[in-house]
This record gives sequence, structure tokens and C-alpha cells, in this order.
Amino acid sequence: MFKLNSKFRGKTVPLAIMISPVAAWLVLLIAVPLVYVFVISFCSVSESHKIVFSFTLKNYAKLFNADVLGVYYNSLIVAGVTTAVCILIAYPFAMIMSKANAFKKTLMTIALLLPFWTNSLIRLYSWRTLLGKNGYLNDFLIWTGAIDEPIEMMFTQGAVVLGMVYTLLPFMVLPILTVIDKLDKNLIEASKDLGAGIVKTFRHVVLPLTAPGIFAGSIMVFIPSLGYFFVADLMGGGNNQIIGNLISRQFKSAYNWPFGAALSIMLIIVTLVLVKIYTKSGGKIDELGVV
Amino acid sequence: MSKLLTKTPSLAEKIFSRSFSALIFIFLYAPIAVVVLFSFNSSKRNIVFENFTLKWYGEIFYNDALLDSFFTTLAVASASTLIAVVIGTLTAIAMFRYKFKGKSIIDALLYVPVVMPEIVLGISLLSSFALAHVPLGFVSLIIAHATFSIPFVVFTVQARLSGFDRSLEEAAMDLGANRIRVLTGITIPVIFPGIISGAALAFTLSIDDFIISFFTTGASAVTFPLKIMESVRSGIRPDVYALSALIMLATFIAVIIAQVLSYRKKQKL
Repeated sequence: MFKLNSKFRGKTVPLAIMISPVAAWLVLLIAVPLVYVFVISFCSVSESHKIVFSFTLKNYAKLFNADVLGVYYNSLIVAGVTTAVCILIAYPFAMIMSKANAFKKTLMTIALLLPFWTNSLIRLYSWRTLLGKNGYLNDFLIWTGAIDEPIEMMFTQGAVVLGMVYTLLPFMVLPILTVIDKLDKNLIEASKDLGAGIVKTFRHVVLPLTAPGIFAGSIMVFIPSLGYFFVADLMGGGNNQIIGNLISRQFKSAYNWPFGAALSIMLIIVTLVLVKIYTKSGGKIDELGVV
Repeated sequence: MSKLLTKTPSLAEKIFSRSFSALIFIFLYAPIAVVVLFSFNSSKRNIVFENFTLKWYGEIFYNDALLDSFFTTLAVASASTLIAVVIGTLTAIAMFRYKFKGKSIIDALLYVPVVMPEIVLGISLLSSFALAHVPLGFVSLIIAHATFSIPFVVFTVQARLSGFDRSLEEAAMDLGANRIRVLTGITIPVIFPGIISGAALAFTLSIDDFIISFFTTGASAVTFPLKIMESVRSGIRPDVYALSALIMLATFIAVIIAQVLSYRKKQKL
């Protein structure tokens, strides 16, 4: 597998030592497991929840059950709205950050990321104190006279979206900030000098130039929000399931691994298609990475 | 909106920028404020703040399950970070130095944990551990965490290597240094900041991970995030808030120290 180009001949030994740990690790713990999931997605389960290795397509047929389709629908709405809300918040915020001086910008970036280096479950859980029926937000709204009776904000689809936005926002801000920082300000001046108004300049100059950042951010927000079942659990309280909940249940409580595997294969295909569209349209895969 | 890009902001713009940023930071920090505030609350229920108390910080030390989960988290994060740093650094150097068959396959596999939803990695590791009869617990958890951490170490070290002048290595070799000496004397010191930030990233990812841990451990190794999820049903007690507040404080201090150090370094250059 690791044959060298003639130029590097004689370095086989150090190369083999350096690369074999990672090659073994990636093959055994990423490639083989993914292939195995693919295999069991065509298997059935016995009465005692054991995997039976006989070919069937029924797990894939089950993907079209009405209740499963209902979960996809809910999941797509949650992921779509989360992505849209993140764009609407992150875009102006990235612009503000981009305009700030270097010191302020560093400060704002740290302040943006700091919460994400601490436990996300406890931060999500504490939203209950803010949004619950006896929560501070209800108290505040009653005090201002906006509402008379406390409203239930937790355990709704809206709460799930809020949790997702809360968990994923930096993944939208950072790629948009990167493209705005790179934006040639002269182009905006030129557009204005040529008589284009603010709206026209934004629509025809700024937006197309910053679209790659929006696209990268959208991928990094949309894909996780299909899978983050703990957000749906903590904020939606069991009534607002997403695809992640469905998969998790097959593996941890219903013990129907083949069906869970089929659901996962579908999620993998959705991910691959989205990433492919992203790279085809000129996006770089390494920009989908690290915070 | 594009007005924000011009050079002299008007008063209206300034007011908009300030209040918009303030709203975002309130959104991000309000739940953290709740965690800290209610860790000092005398009532067990996290609904209304009653009286100030420090007793929950003491209670941490009497809650064995909570302490256990904390130490499990630290041990798993340390072990998986160590593995990821060693394997990831070697990988980054090898990928930078050599062209070889299968390089693109390794590259593609490295992106799986970055791009795929975590749940996919979680269930595929769970299935494979079952297949190979690996018992779910401490060891499986460390292997799982190292698996998602390795790529992040590779990428941060690679970023550092991209600015590396290879003639330095060649010069050292011409002067008679062997490969090991070049690695320890030149390459590693140059990429050291990348290794450190890769390690920091791997460590934080491991400490906060819930999804992959959820699938790849058993009752014998419960991490802090899993412990929190477990206690949600019965209601999270303030001692969990107290421990979270302490961990947040430690994280904040670590980040501030790291930033001050890197800021000083930039000033020197």
C-alpha cells in the first residue's frame, strides 16, 4: 500500500514506522466499522435482539414508515430553521466583529468560543431555569405586561431550535467572519461610486463574495443538527424527536441494530451528498473543520 | 447592512452594533450565569434562587458517583489525548514529508470524524466493539475518544508544518545529524506550538464529548457529561452545578493564560 515514489526511495523504514499506527487505527476503527454498519443494515434481528446475518431489505423499507417519515420531517424542519436562524444572527455579528479593531476582535472571538469549551449538557439544562413555566423569562414578560399567564416555552420545537442555535452558532460565525475579513473593501466603494445603493451593493457584491462562508457554515450547522439527539432530549422533552433520537433508540433501547444501521446509512448519504455539493461548488473541505 | 463595511460608522450604526453584540453575548452567557448562580442556591430545585450558600461545593466531595465521573473524564481525556498526540503528530510529519500510495485514503478517513455526524461514529464503533467482543468501559472509551481526536491533532500540526522550511532539516542532515536527531532537534521544536494546540483541542473535545461516549462505554466508566444526562430525569442537583462552575472557572483561566502567552509572544516578534 505504501510504495514510494522513486524520489523517496530509501525512506521506506521511517515512513512505515510513522504511518502504520495511523493507517491501522483508521482502517480498524473508522473504515471497518463503517463497512460493518453497512453490512448489518441488510441483516435482521432475532427474538433475542441478536443480529442474524441473512440478506434483507426490510430495514430500508421501514425507512418509509409513516412515523419514521414524521421524525424526518420534524428533523429537517429543526435543522433547516436552525441553519436559517444561525445565518441571520451570525452574518451581522461577523460583520460587526470584522469591523472591530484587532484587540476587540480577539476578545470577541474568545468570548464567542469560551462557552463551547465547557460542558454543553449543563448549559443546555440550565435553559430550564430561564424558559420554564416558572422561569425568569416568563416572570419578565408578565412584569412587562406582554403576557398575563406564563407560557410553556420548554419542551417545544422552538426550544429544540433554540438549543441547536445555542450549541452550533460559532460554527456559522467563524466561516462567515473569515470570508468577510478577506472581502476587498474597494469593491464595495467601487460599487457605491458607480451609483449602486446599499441594498444593490449588498445583493450583487457583498453577498456573492461571502456566500462560500455562509455555505461552509450551513454545512457545519445543518449536518450536526440532524444528529444532536441530546439537544432534542434536553430541550424537546421526548415529543420533538430528530433522526439522531431514532438512531440512538435503535442501538440503546429498542436493540434493533440493523434498522438503526439503515437509518445511519441514510444519514451518511445525506452528509456525503451535502459535502459533495459543497466541494463541487468550490468549497474547501478543510474549511469544514476545526473550531 | 453593507453600510457596516464602510469606514466611518454613524451613531445609529454604533448603537446597533453594540446592542446586537450585547444581545448575542447575553444569549451565550445567560445559561452559564444560571449554572454559577444556582450553584450557590440553598434550595435543591433550580427554579427560584432562595439563599446564598457554599454547601454544594462541599457536597461535591461526598458525592462519590459525581467525583468518580469527574476522575473518569480526566483519565479518559488524558489517555486519549496522549494517544492522539503521538499518532497524530507522526501522521502529520509523514504526510508532510512523503508521497506514498494510500495517502489520499488516509486523508479521506481523517475527514470522517470531522464531517460525519458524531452519532455515526458512535454507533459504528459500538457495533464493531460488539463484533470484536471488546467490553464496553474504560478501554473502549479511550479508543473511541482517540479515534475522533487523531484527525484534529493531525490538522493542527499540519497547519503549523505548512510554514516549515524543509531546508532546515536538510541542512541538519548535511551536518551529520541522523533522522532521529533531526526529528527531535528540528522538526518537533518547530511544530511544538501546533502539537500543544492540537493536544488542547483533543483534551477539550474529549472532556465535553457526550454522543460518542454514550455509545462506547458501559456502567463501569461513566464520564461527567454522561452523569449529567443520567441525573436529568431526577433533576440535576446543585452540587453538579457547583462542579460544573469549578470546571468552567478552570477552563476560563486556562484560556486566558494561553491567550496572554500567545499575545506576549506576538508582541516580542
